[in-house]
Amino acid sequence: MSKKKMIKEVRFSGSGGQGLILAGIILARAAVEDGLNVTQTQSYGPESRGGYSRADVVISNEDINYPEATNLDILLSLTQEACDKYIFDLKRDGVLICDTSHVKNISIINDNTYEVPFTEIAQKELGSEIPTNILSLAFVVKVTNIVNEKSLETAIRASVRPAFIDLNIKAMKLGFKLAKEYQL
Amino acid sequence: MTKEKATSKKTEKVEAIVEKKVTKAVIMQGNEAVAKGALAAGCDFFAGYPITPSTEVAEILSNELPKIGGTFIQMEDEIASMCAIIGASLAGAKALTATSGPGFSLMQEAIGFAKITETPTVVVNVQRMGPSTGMPTSPGQGDIMQSRWGSHGDAPAIVLYPDSVKEAFQLTIRAFNLAEKYRSCVVLLMDEVLGHMREAVTLPDLSTVRVINRIKPTVPPQWYKHYDENQKYLSPIASFGEGYRFHVTGLTHDDHGFPTNKPNEAAKMMERLNKKIKHNIRDLVQIETEHMHEAKVAVFAAGIMGRASKEAVKMARAEGLKVGLLRPLTIWPFPDDAVTKMLKDVDAVVVPELNEGQLFHELERLVRERKDGSLHRLNRNDGTVITPAEILTKIKEVYNG
Amino acid sequence: MAKIPQRKIHDYLRHDKKFPHVWCAGCSNGIVLGAVIRAIDELKLNRDNIVMVSGIGCSSRMPVYVDFNTLHSLHGRAIAFATGVKMYKPGMKVIVITGDGDATAIGGNHFIHAARRNLDLTVVLLNNNIYGMTGGQYSPATPHGDKATTTPYGNIDPNFDICKLAIGAGASHVARTTAFHAIELQKQIKEALEHPGFSLVEAICACPVIYGRLNKKGDAPAMMRNMRDNSIPIKAAEKLPPEQVAGKILRGTFIKEVRAEYTDAYQKMMDQLSPKEGE
Repeated sequence: MSKKKMIKEVRFSGSGGQGLILAGIILARAAVEDGLNVTQTQSYGPESRGGYSRADVVISNEDINYPEATNLDILLSLTQEACDKYIFDLKRDGVLICDTSHVKNISIINDNTYEVPFTEIAQKELGSEIPTNILSLAFVVKVTNIVNEKSLETAIRASVRPAFIDLNIKAMKLGFKLAKEYQL
Repeated sequence: MTKEKATSKKTEKVEAIVEKKVTKAVIMQGNEAVAKGALAAGCDFFAGYPITPSTEVAEILSNELPKIGGTFIQMEDEIASMCAIIGASLAGAKALTATSGPGFSLMQEAIGFAKITETPTVVVNVQRMGPSTGMPTSPGQGDIMQSRWGSHGDAPAIVLYPDSVKEAFQLTIRAFNLAEKYRSCVVLLMDEVLGHMREAVTLPDLSTVRVINRIKPTVPPQWYKHYDENQKYLSPIASFGEGYRFHVTGLTHDDHGFPTNKPNEAAKMMERLNKKIKHNIRDLVQIETEHMHEAKVAVFAAGIMGRASKEAVKMARAEGLKVGLLRPLTIWPFPDDAVTKMLKDVDAVVVPELNEGQLFHELERLVRERKDGSLHRLNRNDGTVITPAEILTKIKEVYNG
Repeated sequence: MAKIPQRKIHDYLRHDKKFPHVWCAGCSNGIVLGAVIRAIDELKLNRDNIVMVSGIGCSSRMPVYVDFNTLHSLHGRAIAFATGVKMYKPGMKVIVITGDGDATAIGGNHFIHAARRNLDLTVVLLNNNIYGMTGGQYSPATPHGDKATTTPYGNIDPNFDICKLAIGAGASHVARTTAFHAIELQKQIKEALEHPGFSLVEAICACPVIYGRLNKKGDAPAMMRNMRDNSIPIKAAEKLPPEQVAGKILRGTFIKEVRAEYTDAYQKMMDQLSPKEGE
């Protein structure tokens, strides 16, 4: 059987405390649910809150040698600094998703650029900024189809504390809905 | 509770922790794989001190060890941690500590003690960018020489270096096996990237994992020598509390373990420490090669750089270049034979490392002896990994002479 | 106090292996060794079950002479090694032999933390007020003003009260006496061995060859007489005005409380986990 080689490099970027590493782990788990190979790496400063933070996820149907993302297919940026720092690592036709609650200037825009005020929407619709990570993760998944939606839900349920499952599933559904609206 | 009953109960419990992961791929972090590998190898004692980026090993074992009747203790510092695992091992434990550069430096005196007293112990060093406090959450490969020469005096080292989450699991088991077999302190070097990286892995079935335990003496106590010469210097070892009442000292000692100042006995002890490694090189050294049979240029790299190099070699071959890879899984003892052969077979070798060229010096040593091949270093020391594209550029530069 | 004949002491020694010993004539270390052996004999402890751990220094040479499981470890680290042994085999009787420099300078951190945990170790600390093995440098227990090879103008450091240090750190059994009071020392070591928790016996020792000579304390008998004349039991001291107690060595048991012991606490934690196994 000959499978076409697929490799996707994803980066979630922002600052410490935004839950980006958890979002990366959830995406990686969902990819495993889909039967794919995956590596998830991260880079962060010494701060628990604030500072810089990024999570890379490489997904492929073949063995993955180099585990960090270098040539991005998908970049999610929740802060201006992160967007400025990583936008040039994005492929020409790569998907850029920015949280316009914090990102005010985007240096390159293409047909695959999505500008969504995730933090404000989370605050308004979900009553808290905390699930912004899951909201934006679900948005990424819906617009890119990088993993199965059902796998994402399974991964979320396996990764967040029981008390927060409902809120995060709600955030996921809202993310899917938003994506549909933005894709129209 | 009898010891046998406790042991069989323990095995069941370890299976409950590790084996439930076997049937399908799971997302696992490098440090988690180390903890699981330790449990699979029969580790029942951990002493450690928190330090980034190794702390997850301690956190996971603090959760799991008490469930299987094992011991976890957070000590007051890394010196105490290393000493405690030696004490526990002398009492019969399969003991582990995990740390990073600054803690590894503190442990060096006690690592020397484990070596001279031939006490099985395993130390995991999840390297971070140094020197000193350096960059705690960034990768660096600055401890390659410290893992060889860090402790004072001249004793050999056994150091393993994995490049993936699965290999971290496997080499942790191997580290315990070699520690028990060779009665020494075995170091597992990790990269920060690997320690914190999550990857899809399918762990081997626990029943297929080969576990080696130290040989126990069968002679009556009055005949027991703690450092017997037979069996290629891999002699039986009694534990405290088994009636042998032996003496252990960091002083140079005779084969019973009592201190000595006699040059002939000192020489015998040093010979024993060295020969048990030298006579067993084939068992200790593990390497991985790719496309070396037809390579014009080779890449020699370990750990995370071995992995990046694998991708670079793949990219180079896609462009039609004859490039191969030699990746040591055991870096100490250094794989002299395999490297010497590589130097003879290829025109040039590229050595990418996250330091100023520590493995490179070893290749220089062998080149001086053989006068073959030409060596090219590729170093970075800024807390980031050299990418496959950068290695490829270097390969091309070298390839075209 | 039960006395045992000299012959029986020999029975506990590796007399065919490591004698003559390294200690100088007049050194108190042999007296402490005798007291440790007599206390062990009195309690009829199984010697296979005893681990004697020491660090580095004159006193730390003790384990090599005795026929137990013996571990002559690194400078300052005896308690850390002992912690590993005890935590892995809580059933074993773990005795730590250490000195003032070994336990309270380089090993100070391990000393206070083992005391804080109340781990069941019996620590016999031979305090000779100096680093003897390296030739007479000042230790944290060298009295203020005294001479050592590294305090040629007199010691400007205040010294530790080692028993107070142990009590402050959480030790549950702390006693002190001198090598002159050999029978009292034997009794204190016996009580320490029986105590379930971290116990310290500070044995004030004479080092006539180095400390005594540097500080003009006289020969070994003179230093022993000084221990006799310059020490008082705690009970007696309580009835005296402070000026008569100042500068005297206080002898006796300062604290003896049964508190949660560390290996017990660990076992209890494990017991609580067992019903939930397979979770």
